[in-house]
Amino acid sequence: MTSTMQGKFPLWQRLAALAVWVLLWQLAAAALGHGGLFLATPWQTVRALAALLPTAAFWRSIAFSTLRILLGFVLAVLGGLVLGAAGARWRAVRLMIDPAMQLIRAMPVASFVILALLWVRSANLSIVVSFTHVLPVVYAGVLGGIADTDPRLLEMAQVYRLPLTARLRYIWLPGIFPSFCQSCIAAMGMCWKSGVSAEVIGLPDHSVGDALYRAKITLSTPYVFAWTLVIVLLSAVLSGAAAKGLTALKTRLCGEAGV
Amino acid sequence: MSITIEHLGKRFGTKTVLADFSWQVDGPNILMGASGIGKTTLLRILLGLETADSGSFSGVVRPAAVFQEDRLCPQLNAVDNLVLTGHGLCAEVAEKELLALGFAPAELKLPAARLSGGQKRRVALLRALLCRDAETLLMDEPFTGMDAELVQRAVQTTVRLVGQRPTIFAR
Repeated sequence: MTSTMQGKFPLWQRLAALAVWVLLWQLAAAALGHGGLFLATPWQTVRALAALLPTAAFWRSIAFSTLRILLGFVLAVLGGLVLGAAGARWRAVRLMIDPAMQLIRAMPVASFVILALLWVRSANLSIVVSFTHVLPVVYAGVLGGIADTDPRLLEMAQVYRLPLTARLRYIWLPGIFPSFCQSCIAAMGMCWKSGVSAEVIGLPDHSVGDALYRAKITLSTPYVFAWTLVIVLLSAVLSGAAAKGLTALKTRLCGEAGV
Repeated sequence: MSITIEHLGKRFGTKTVLADFSWQVDGPNILMGASGIGKTTLLRILLGLETADSGSFSGVVRPAAVFQEDRLCPQLNAVDNLVLTGHGLCAEVAEKELLALGFAPAELKLPAARLSGGQKRRVALLRALLCRDAETLLMDEPFTGMDAELVQRAVQTTVRLVGQRPTIFAR
């Protein structure tokens, strides 16, 4: 059995695959022609990104969107924890919350953005959209984690009269955390996509979505690609950081057994 | 101090597991019977984990238990598992008893998830025996999974630590 079926590919193989894709991108852009109007070349994209990097407006847009999307994410994680715990504890709460979560999950981002624009300023749109798209994921993760908590350990805790703090620390948290972590990591990538999509529709000033839209209407295709690359990189970096931080926390709370 | 069980009855659907069961337990006692006869159910009722359909019992005060399964926190090592449920048990005493029951010093640092079945059983046994505030001990097949030599040591440790507390050993 080769290792490729079981684990990660070696770095050089992944780089080689990436190079093949960049080459295909270059060939496709060259074939379409028109100076990259329909498909910017990799080089044009890198040059556009290099032009953006030293500008204050670029960093202001990054800060504007990142802070709002992360704020929505954090609020959704807190809300998901509270609602998930309440839903697991009281069936009536779950009965009420479940349809709302299903509705939010099923709603297209565009519909939600248009509705949200009626209620909040466009500057805060990405907070609301990021929040609403992360909330159902974290809620489901918390519910799943509580369901995964070993009932036999809970009985042991009852028989040995463990205080609530010990039950939380040694039984509930290790039970909930693996599922909670997975949902947070998945939600981090999702909140970026939904947050920037909302900005492209709502066009709040100084946002990444606004910059992306302006690049599109001025037919600056290399800048559209450059901004898209920035969004992908930001999403990857923040998802990676969330995964690393949560995994470290999970190992600390749950030990090797929870990993 | 003793456990008094009077006319206890329990059914699961159409199957009668306990019928009019009465027993007075003064000090350590062994409850023997064929598999499926209701020993585990009786212990679960005494631990408050099941409710009896009829009858009553008294004298189960702050119990400690060895369950049929080990029920250790998998992320904690053996010492931490004992201290967690020990109600004031200090780590040094837990370590000493674990070493006396055949643990190597390096094994004390392993999370319970990485211990063998026999090692987990010994930790589960010591957890009940070292629970500082327990006045009643209820043990469901506590020596399962141990080899003959270890059973002998475990029995000696059990006799020493149980004392005259009302105790039921189901086997």
